[in-house]
Amino acid sequence: MRTRRLEWVIEHALLACAALSVLTTAGIIAVLAVETAGFLREVPVLEFLTGTEWTPLFANPRFGVLPLVAGTVLVSAIAMIVALPMGLLSAIYLSEYAPDGLRRVVKPVLEVLAGVPTVVYGYFALTSVTPLLQRVFPQMSGFNALSPGIVMGIMILPLVSSLAEDAMRAVPRGLREGAYALGATRMQTALQVVLPAAFSGITAAFILAVSRAVGETMIVAIAAGQQPRLTANPFVPLETMTAYIVQVSLGDTPQGTLEYRTIFAVGMLLFLMTFGLNLVSTWLRDRFREEYS
Amino acid sequence: MKSRADLVFRILALSTLVFSLGTLAALVIDVLTDGADRLSWSFLTNLASRHPEEAGIFHALAGSIWVIVLTAMLALPLGVSAAVYLEEYGTRSRVARFIEINLANLAAVPSIIYGLLGLGVFVRLMGMGRSVMAGACTLALLVLPVVILSTREALRTVPGSIREGSYALGATRWQTIWHQVLPMAFPGILTGLILSLSRAIGETAPLITLGALTYVPFAPDGIWSPFTVLPIQVFNWVSRPQAAFKENAAAGILVLMGLLLTMNAVAVLLRDRFQRQNRT
Repeated sequence: MRTRRLEWVIEHALLACAALSVLTTAGIIAVLAVETAGFLREVPVLEFLTGTEWTPLFANPRFGVLPLVAGTVLVSAIAMIVALPMGLLSAIYLSEYAPDGLRRVVKPVLEVLAGVPTVVYGYFALTSVTPLLQRVFPQMSGFNALSPGIVMGIMILPLVSSLAEDAMRAVPRGLREGAYALGATRMQTALQVVLPAAFSGITAAFILAVSRAVGETMIVAIAAGQQPRLTANPFVPLETMTAYIVQVSLGDTPQGTLEYRTIFAVGMLLFLMTFGLNLVSTWLRDRFREEYS
Repeated sequence: MKSRADLVFRILALSTLVFSLGTLAALVIDVLTDGADRLSWSFLTNLASRHPEEAGIFHALAGSIWVIVLTAMLALPLGVSAAVYLEEYGTRSRVARFIEINLANLAAVPSIIYGLLGLGVFVRLMGMGRSVMAGACTLALLVLPVVILSTREALRTVPGSIREGSYALGATRWQTIWHQVLPMAFPGILTGLILSLSRAIGETAPLITLGALTYVPFAPDGIWSPFTVLPIQVFNWVSRPQAAFKENAAAGILVLMGLLLTMNAVAVLLRDRFQRQNRT
């Protein structure tokens, strides 16, 4: 009898630990929602979402978040222009071409690339990549969107590559053999049979990578500058949503003020953006799994 | 004609791989040439300073170790318990399914959001202040999804026959898990934990958001002490205009990478050693 009661207690204690993750999600949403609600009581939601000037720390504050969103989108877009084609190419190569020995060498190295702390990538962008790019584009400023964008692309390349490779390896062998039997070359098989078959899985990988780029912080905080600016010019300093949160956290803005609440409002927007992307990615991946199970 | 296109494609793909490996090499060489000269015993033992040539990294290194040890102490029991529940008890129950979906979503939440959570809950609501404890709690929540995932994988490698043998001898479920399953899965669990901690030790954004100060010229003396960590100190040095501080940043990165490599090596060694023990 005592043992049975003990078993019950243990099982429910373990369940409580597992439920902590649900509590974490609830905590994130609650903290962001409470502070954002406080912020929106003073700044109309329309002004926040559609305003084109972001100067909350100035004497005459303006709270239009669009410049921060534009900065985030620009840097993420540059990162994806680097990471998508290269990640896809290396995934196709690793999944369809590479001999096993090479795979065993390359995959761990890609994992190392993914495990380098982001502050190191930021240092690399600021002190090496920017000076290098300035030789090609002399008009480029010391802080800009291009250099952190490219470095961020290299950082998420392993993620794109390994997820896309997983999707392509999940395509049944029979499809490939059918293509070979019809006389297709390796490349034709890879591009015209395997790639379309793995399409939704690969798209899920891309979307997850976009979400990672949007939430990335240290590279842009170090190398992109701190000037909110509504621009598509990759050569001038700008500020992303994440870099703004870092900027305010480093300063001594008093707690409870409107300026202080801005980081939670921006954080809420960031959370909603990445959460939406993750949901789409999960949905696509589940659909992909169903196709081949 | 066809085979030429094939060849071009193959070369293109290979050059992509070479490019990404080349970048890694360039990064390492770059940091080494910038920072190796600055690296010395006094750099490791000196405290922060306004003079770049006197500044050291001791306080940040100590802060990182404090935070990471405390994070491990929080994440290990919580993560293993959650994983045991999901893998051994809650299979196929609706609650477990819900928790799994939730974990998958949490793993993709940007780390800076965890910083805002920590600021709202640990620093302010629970009144921990900007202490080592608040930082460790935040990082523990951050690594929990990864620890749970790797622990579940380790539990899955324990063959079902072990469990059945234990049940056949009259052991209860928990006795089976505690005396048979967990000891067998332990090396895998430990390896997963260390690898996820090596990710946490490079995390900068959540701790900055939490309000870990960038200028703390002393090492923490307890879990309620204010702190700074290696990546924050590196960030602080990178953001200064003087070239001498950039050198310090590079040297700081070398210390950080050294710590990372050591942790990964320990993880691999532990795994090998336990695997050999299990076999005999």
